[in-house]
Amino acid sequence: MDSQTLAAQTAETGNIEHGEHPPFLRHHFAGVEQQRETATFGMWLFLLTEIMFFGGLFCSYLIFRNWYYPAFVAGSHSLHLWAGTLNTTILIISSFTMAMAVHASETRVRKALIGWMIATIILGCAFLCVKAYEWHDEWVEHHVPGLNFSPQGFLHGTKDYPDDKLPLDMAEKTQVYFSLYFAMTGMHALHMIIGVSLLTILLIQAYRGKYVTGHVSPIENFGLYWHFVDIVWIFLFPLLYLISRHQ
Amino acid sequence: MDQDQGQHHEHHLHLPHGPSEPTHHEEHVVSPRIYLVIGATLLVFTGLTVAASLVDLPGDLNAVVALAIACIKMTLVVLFFMHVKYSSGLTKLTVAAGFFTFIVLITMTMTDYISRAWGRW
Repeated sequence: MDSQTLAAQTAETGNIEHGEHPPFLRHHFAGVEQQRETATFGMWLFLLTEIMFFGGLFCSYLIFRNWYYPAFVAGSHSLHLWAGTLNTTILIISSFTMAMAVHASETRVRKALIGWMIATIILGCAFLCVKAYEWHDEWVEHHVPGLNFSPQGFLHGTKDYPDDKLPLDMAEKTQVYFSLYFAMTGMHALHMIIGVSLLTILLIQAYRGKYVTGHVSPIENFGLYWHFVDIVWIFLFPLLYLISRHQ
Repeated sequence: MDQDQGQHHEHHLHLPHGPSEPTHHEEHVVSPRIYLVIGATLLVFTGLTVAASLVDLPGDLNAVVALAIACIKMTLVVLFFMHVKYSSGLTKLTVAAGFFTFIVLITMTMTDYISRAWGRW
């Protein structure tokens, strides 16, 4: 059909020839492939704004770390390396299970799709549990700026780092470290909570039979979001936990 | 001239049964084996970066190693888990342009931060 015929037909009937097509295909797309490509493009544009958003936090972290270096090192020493490592492992495995969920949607296997989605939800919740444990620990240690902060823990050295004896003014500056720590891990955790919630909705829809009839876009784009949140953590982990271990 | 325009027009119309678009992209189903290999590689790099952080490296090398490993992990996630390796040119260009812009912003900010006090001490 050339453009003249199409124009004539559109003028005649008010819409383009309405042949058989899958129910999820919107009329302004030429086909499922194009619809999926467009959705992926849009999702990436959204993720780029997210990169800029988290990038700003990373940037201020780098600058303040140079500024109040001893405070940032001492602050980092107070985190549990095992908890950060465990959470990194959990998130990477959850990225794998999410990738498998996308694969199950593409190959149209309902049971596998539901299974991998449930696995991803469980791993996401496990990550949040470990994070909540760490936050609770920081609360107990009086490391929460603005709520219950005390520089006492950074004045006399700790069990693992006896040399962490900061002067009082620098010990106060660990609040900058913890402010950024809570801002970054908090925003990341918020993204995880949003992710788990969205995935639960998608799971209910998948349970009712959606996303295994060729309609992959919502699952695929959620996967992109989930992997992005994983990438943010891949950078948070070394910056917050690792790079100051031996300073 | 008119003929040229006509041809150009037709190529960019998204017709249900028309000629395939120049940007047409066949979706590629990535095999679970690749996901498994990438997932395992990411876990190995996680182990490596933790191990490297326990070793006292000279100067800023600890930070350099940790961030280099993070960049490798990110690249693997973007290329394979996020399918960019198998995506259309449009998606690839979008991702590349985004990262490029981000690097420019970070570099400019850091350049300003490092050099602002030059000559004042």
